[in-house]
Parts: sequence; structure tokens; C-alpha cells
Amino acid sequence: MLETQVLIIGGGITGAGIARDLALRGIKCILAEKHDINAGASGANHGLLHSGARYVAGDLINAEECREEGNILKKLAPHCIEDTGGLFIAVEGDDEKYVADFPHLCSKCGIPVQALDTKKALEMEPVLSKKIIAAYQVPDAAVDPFKLSMDNIYQALDLGCTLLRHSQVTGFTIEGNCVLATRLQNMLTGEEFTVEALQVVNAAGAWAKEVAALAGCAINLLYSKGSLLVTHNRIAQRVINRLRPSSNADILVPGGTVSILGTTSITIDTLDKIFPTVQETDLIVGEAAAVIPQLEKTRYIRAYAGVRPLLGAQSGADDRSVSRGFALLDHIEDGLENFASITGGKLTTYRLMAEKTANLICNRLGVSHPCLTRTEPLPAAGAARWTKPGLAPKVWMKQHDPEDIMLCECEMVPKSVVDSIVESIHEQNGKPDLKAIGLRSRIGKGACQGTFCGLRTCAYLYDTDELHADDGLTSLKEFVTERWRGVRPLLWDTPLIQAELQEALYCGLMGLEL
Amino acid sequence: MKNDNPEINCELAVIGAGMAGMASAMFASNRGISTVQVGITSGIIFASGLIDLMGVHPISDGKIWKNPWKAIDALIHDIPKHPFARINKDDIHKALEEFLAFMNDAGLPYCRHKNRNAKMIMPVGTVKHTCCVPKTMWNGVLALEKKYPCLIIDIRGLRGFSARQITETLKASWPALRHARISFPNTDNLEEVYTEPVARSLSLSENRKALAQIVIPHLKDARMVGFPAIFGINDSVEIYSDLQDMIGVPIFEIPTMPPSITGFRIKETFETQLPKKGVRLLLQKKVLNVHRNKDGFVLDIGGPDTEYTVKTKGIILASGRFLGRGLHADRKQIRESIFDLPVFQVGERTRWHSQNFLDPKGHLINMAGLEIDDMFRPLDSSGKPAFNTLFAAGSILAHQDWMRMKCGSGLAIASAYAAVNAFKGAYEAF
Repeated sequence: MLETQVLIIGGGITGAGIARDLALRGIKCILAEKHDINAGASGANHGLLHSGARYVAGDLINAEECREEGNILKKLAPHCIEDTGGLFIAVEGDDEKYVADFPHLCSKCGIPVQALDTKKALEMEPVLSKKIIAAYQVPDAAVDPFKLSMDNIYQALDLGCTLLRHSQVTGFTIEGNCVLATRLQNMLTGEEFTVEALQVVNAAGAWAKEVAALAGCAINLLYSKGSLLVTHNRIAQRVINRLRPSSNADILVPGGTVSILGTTSITIDTLDKIFPTVQETDLIVGEAAAVIPQLEKTRYIRAYAGVRPLLGAQSGADDRSVSRGFALLDHIEDGLENFASITGGKLTTYRLMAEKTANLICNRLGVSHPCLTRTEPLPAAGAARWTKPGLAPKVWMKQHDPEDIMLCECEMVPKSVVDSIVESIHEQNGKPDLKAIGLRSRIGKGACQGTFCGLRTCAYLYDTDELHADDGLTSLKEFVTERWRGVRPLLWDTPLIQAELQEALYCGLMGLEL
Repeated sequence: MKNDNPEINCELAVIGAGMAGMASAMFASNRGISTVQVGITSGIIFASGLIDLMGVHPISDGKIWKNPWKAIDALIHDIPKHPFARINKDDIHKALEEFLAFMNDAGLPYCRHKNRNAKMIMPVGTVKHTCCVPKTMWNGVLALEKKYPCLIIDIRGLRGFSARQITETLKASWPALRHARISFPNTDNLEEVYTEPVARSLSLSENRKALAQIVIPHLKDARMVGFPAIFGINDSVEIYSDLQDMIGVPIFEIPTMPPSITGFRIKETFETQLPKKGVRLLLQKKVLNVHRNKDGFVLDIGGPDTEYTVKTKGIILASGRFLGRGLHADRKQIRESIFDLPVFQVGERTRWHSQNFLDPKGHLINMAGLEIDDMFRPLDSSGKPAFNTLFAAGSILAHQDWMRMKCGSGLAIASAYAAVNAFKGAYEAF
């Protein structure tokens, strides 16, 4: 049994932000996550820091929140952000009224917008189609969601918060108006335990409905799956948005040495089996090529899918018209006084969501400390830095010591990086297998898709006594199975060749399928 | 257009430099057929040196066969379009014997059980069932069978090969397995060690002596010692025997992850031996263009510009699958790269691959490829041979999944044999 002031359920960016916010106000908390950090939508999005311009036509509140929060993050967490700027581009055939209204709507929301002539836009981003008819510049940026979550969590941990990974909520003990205890289970060991907290926050993202249901509360959430593709090289310098009402494949966001293209929006009924499909890939590539023709021919290295929890949806409604805003539910009407749910929202507005949630919790706890995240810079933590594309090579070049050999040659991840990740996983009582290391580094994310670095890292984990008996086979299988979900929709041309090589090695030679 | 490129006339052009291409050129030269071989050898360096004949069927059950010949019988019965079904079993035997004799004469002798697959230790600690094993690896098969007290050695700085991984993974069934890490002689200052320079350095007897001296103190009760595959390239048996004598107990190699020395051995063996047998090698070059003439085919060869014009009576297409570039897929379909021959398709892209990489059923796309007649001639869209003297061999053929069935080398060798004999028959009749 563990005791704390606040239990936060969900280790995505929202839970991470709440943990940091509460910790900065001197409140003890436990952050419980059923899988791993950013395992849900926080780890499966564009990594776009919205200027708000995307929402000016339909969702003014959301647009203004994005504008304000984007500015705060650029100031307080610049190490998580690449301030690329963004373009909105219309091509022949796009809705001209939408194009004409766009700059006024941006101005109305206080979002700086600058019209560009098409020649200038093509100079700025030569990959754009020659058929563009309008271009506007806005202050969009790219953000690293893993780094952002990790840095929030690391500061919270430094301030006394406890992180429980692989810990799934299985039920609540409720008496009267109060959640007395939360029952959890360690997903790795099966061990069951309880947490007694004065306040419980449900920040489980798309899973918030399921968690709330365990407490007897109903949340009306719509699940919208969005798939995204990662290109082998960085395609454009800036965020490129299609200037039209939200539709498929409207946004291309640079992320270090790659670009991320998406997304789709498909209503789904359950949260099982969230993966990108071949059809979605074809849809995305086909649509996006209208704005950036080379996307038809480019090499894609990975696809992934996330689920947006959308609020207040009525069945049958078009999920793109549903608000992307967030809701903080105090569950008073459900008869609970120490339980709250925060869901919906966007990566860009996570800090605001955390602030509002922490305000409610502090109010309930009778704590009067003000929120500090609006003014305090977010410190850069250590272990998260290896997720940033291109950073591992830089650090390696800088601190190159003769013993530091490369485990991943595509993304240049040396063994010292794996060592530091293993150490941080141990600090969090985790198990440093290939999947956990893949989540925290670029290993498996380069052109070889894990074919070689998976084998090298597995051997290395044996040599360093992290893997025992035939753990390595299980670990390799899990690792390739996980990577496969992201490459399967992209298997034509070069990625198909890579996949064939991987199968020849893993199945033909090693017989891992048997 | 004026063409100043050297012109080469031959009876047979082999397109492809993987196992099937190399075997085709070898069989053709053994039959006195004047042969040109063209292709990029990058794929063969992934070879493990093991020769699979047939191991798993049906793949969905993961049924592993002890006897490869019985496995072939069962396979042909269940999948009558598998290329093995078009070769009589006697010919598969003969093909394998001729191939092994060639390898033996070239200094790469193989060992095998009679009518039984051997079990071989793999670098991740799995056990592979395969037909023929290089002599330098064979003691590993015996050690595994008898579960002898055995020492596995690995080398500091050689990535992807962990003796500890092998012993840990196998220890439940093989408790007498131990591991030790050594520094390879003269690599103390190197952060990373690669198999190729290490293997080449063992050609010098003082390096072998030094290695033996380093290993001996680790022996203790070990009755055999396993190494990553590093025993030389052109002189592997000599290095193996000498090292074994010095260490004093039987030793063996374990394949390493590619690119591996075992692949280089095969590549260098063919590249050295085939020209001696009269094969004209145009390796690291591509077929840029092909057209028919009244006697057969004219190939423009080079890259990026034409360097040679080859006039040939017949062609064996052994250009491989996607990795070998024999097949190419766009988002819609799979095409054959040189002749644009019809490819047996397996439906839309959604059906090409399973949701699960390790799906026991395998991926449907692996059954795509060229359909052939009994003479191994690819068919045109009407189901007739596309050309009288165009043959196909190896992994480009449809209705087989060599990776899951563990029949890659066997298929390459047997289909090469069948294609060369079919060409010879057709050419003599012509």
C-alpha cells in the first residue's frame, strides 16, 4: 500500500504536466502509467506546436489557447522546440472562400499571419507544388513530445513525485463521496497493490472513459484514430499546412532529420489494435502529394497511429467537427468529491490543461500555492535527450571516447547512450529490454528499422548482464513486432527491400518465427 | 546509333550474382556452355554459409522436418506449384552433389548427415535445422547433439556476437556450455573489430599462434571451442585445422550477423573459381537493356552507361527478389525488373504482409514471383513460355517462401541445375 496526496493516472503529456505542476506547488504525488511514458496519443502525433491558425475557422477558443500556450512553451521550454515557423498553402482546386477568410480569422484570434506571394513561398520551400495559389506564414513550430513529457516528469521526480510505470488501475474503493483507495496491478509482474490518495486525477487520455467507468462515472468520449508517416529525410524546413478545412494529410511537420506527415481521422469504437493501415498510407500519400509532389516518391521509414480522445461527441457526427478542446470534469454530479478527469485537448495546450487540473486539486486540498508553470522555465533533463533525432550523433561526436562503439549505425546511437538509458530505466524500477530502450532512443528508428541495431543491442544487453536465459529471444521478438506495426503500411520500393532483408535474417537465418 | 562497346558472344547469359546465379554459371561451365554472368554481388555477403535444402512445412504449423527429402515430398504434395515439384528428386540430389563437389574442390568442403538435417547454433542462441554445414562449423553440430562441455569465445569489440547471449539462451538444455571474452591479437587499440580484417589476419600463422595462446587458458573442462566465424576467407580449412591442432580440442565456427565472413567466402570462391572454368564475369554491372535478335538476345551491360554488348542464345534469369532487385514493387503491384515479365500477384497491398511480422503463416507477398513451365521458362500472360530460351532460377520464382520453408540454397541450386539442363536440351535441339 502506498500513500500520497494526489494520484495521477496516465503517463502522457497531460499526466506529466500535472505531476510537475503539483510538485512545483509542493504537493506529493504518484504518477501511475499502465504502459510507458507517452505510450498513447502523446507519443503518436505530429509533434506540432500549433500557432492556432489550424483552428481559426471553427474553434476560436482552441485557436486562442494554442496561440497563448505556444508562446509560453517557446519561451519556457525552448530546448524541446524547433521554432521552424509554418506555412499555410492552398493549391488549385482548394476552397477559395476559405483561403480568403483565413488571414482575417487569424488576426481576429491574435495570431500573426503574413501573406506571401507564391514565388516567395516557393523560394522558402522549393518542395512545394508549382500549383499553389495562396501562401501564408504563421508561427507554428515543431516540438519533441517525448522530451517534453520526460522533462516534465524528471522535474516532478526531482521534487519528490513517484513514477509507477507498467501499473494499470484495476478498480477503486469508494465510500460515500470519496475514492478511498485505487487498486493497481503491475503489468510486468502481475503484482497487485493499492494507492491511498487524498485526490485522484484521471488523465488517461483516450482511456479516460474506461478509468472513469471504474469509478462509476460516465464520460462521453469519441475515439478518433489518426495515422502519420515518417519520411526518411527532412522534406521541408517549416511546418506546412494545407489551407483548407481540416482533412486528411494536411500537415507536414519537420522533426530533426525527418518529417512527419499526416493525419487521418477515423472514428473507431474500441481502443484495441490501434495501428496504421495500408489504406490510410495510400490516402495520406495521395492527398499530400497535391501540395508537395515529391511525397509521392519519397521514402517513408515508419507509420504510426494515435487515438484522439474527442469530447462531447454525439454518435454519427463527423469527428473533425468535434471540438479539439479539453474538458476538466470534477465528477461532483457523479457523487465523487475527490476524483477529477481531464481529457481531450492537444499537445500544445497540455500546460494549460495541467494548470486548470492542478488548480482544482489544490482548491480541494486547501493548498493556496499559485501555479508556477506559466513563468518557470522547464529544466532540460538528461535521459530524455536521446529521443531527439540527430542529437545522439552530435553528443557522440563531441564526447567520442575510443571505447564508445556504435550500436545503431543508422541513427548513430553509441553504447554510452544505451548505458545511460539503461541506468535511468533502472532508476524507475523498469526492465531495460529492447522495447523500452527503443522507446527512449533512436534505436530501431532509422533506415534499417531495427534489423541490425536490434541484434547488436540485444547482444550488448547480454554482455552487460541486463538480459538472462532466453530473455533475449522474447525481447527481440517484441522489438521487431513493435517496429513492424509501423513499417507494414509502407512496404513498397525501398522499405520493402529492407523488410525482406529483415525477414531473411530474423526468420530465414535465425528462425525466430518458429 | 553507333555502338563502340566491346561485344561478347556467348551461349548463355546468367543474370544475377546470388546463390542461384552463381550455381547456374557453375553448372553451365561444367557442361561446356560458354557463359557470361552479370549482376551485383551485394546480396551474397548476407549468406551464412549454411546450405538449407528444405526444413519447414507446412509453415503455418512450424513443422520442422528431420529429413529434408521427406519434407520435399510433403511439400510437393501440398504445394504442387512449388518449384521443387518441377524437378525430379534424383536431379535435386545430383544438383546438390555437383554443387558440393565444386565447393569442395574450391576449398570450401561441406559436411552433412545422411538424409537428416543438421542442427546448428545461431548467434542469437536459436538452433537452425539445415542440410549442409561448412566443415569449419561441423564440430558445432556434434557438440550440440552431444551437449559436450563446450566453451564459446567472443571477441571484444566485435558487435552483435555475444558468447554470453548464446550460452544464456541455450543453458536450459545445455548446462555444460560456458563463455569467455577475449581480445583478438593486435586489436587492443581498436574500439571496434570487424570480422573481415580479423579473418584475413589469421592467414598468418603467428596470429593463429597468438590466438591459440589467448584461448588455451580459458579451456578448462571444455571438450570443444566455438568461435564467431572468423577462420579466414580463402583458406578457412587450413586455418581451422591449424588452430585446432594448436588449441588441442575440436573447434568450430558459429555464423555471425551479416555482413559476415561466411558470405565473403562464397563470394570470393565463385569469383575466383568461375573465371578459371571459363565463365566471363561482368560483376557489379547491371543489365541496362535487353532485346531479341534472331539467334537469341542482345544485352546492354554496364552502369550507368553501357560498357559491353552481350549477344547470347539463352538467358537464365536469377536476379532474385526485392533485395536482389529482380522484382520491384510500387504501391500497386509487383513487377519483374528486366523483361517486365508477368508476375504472379497476391492481391492488393493490404494483403501482401501480415499484421504480425512473425506470423507463422508467413507473408503472402513471398509467394509472388515468376510462374514457369516444367523447363523453368517464365510464362507470358497467355500462360506460354515468354521466350524459348529464357529460363529462371532461384528466389524470383513464385509459389515458394524460402525464408519460412528454409529451402533457399536448395531451391537456388536445384532450380539452377534444372534451368541449365533445360537450356542445354533446348540449345542442342535448336
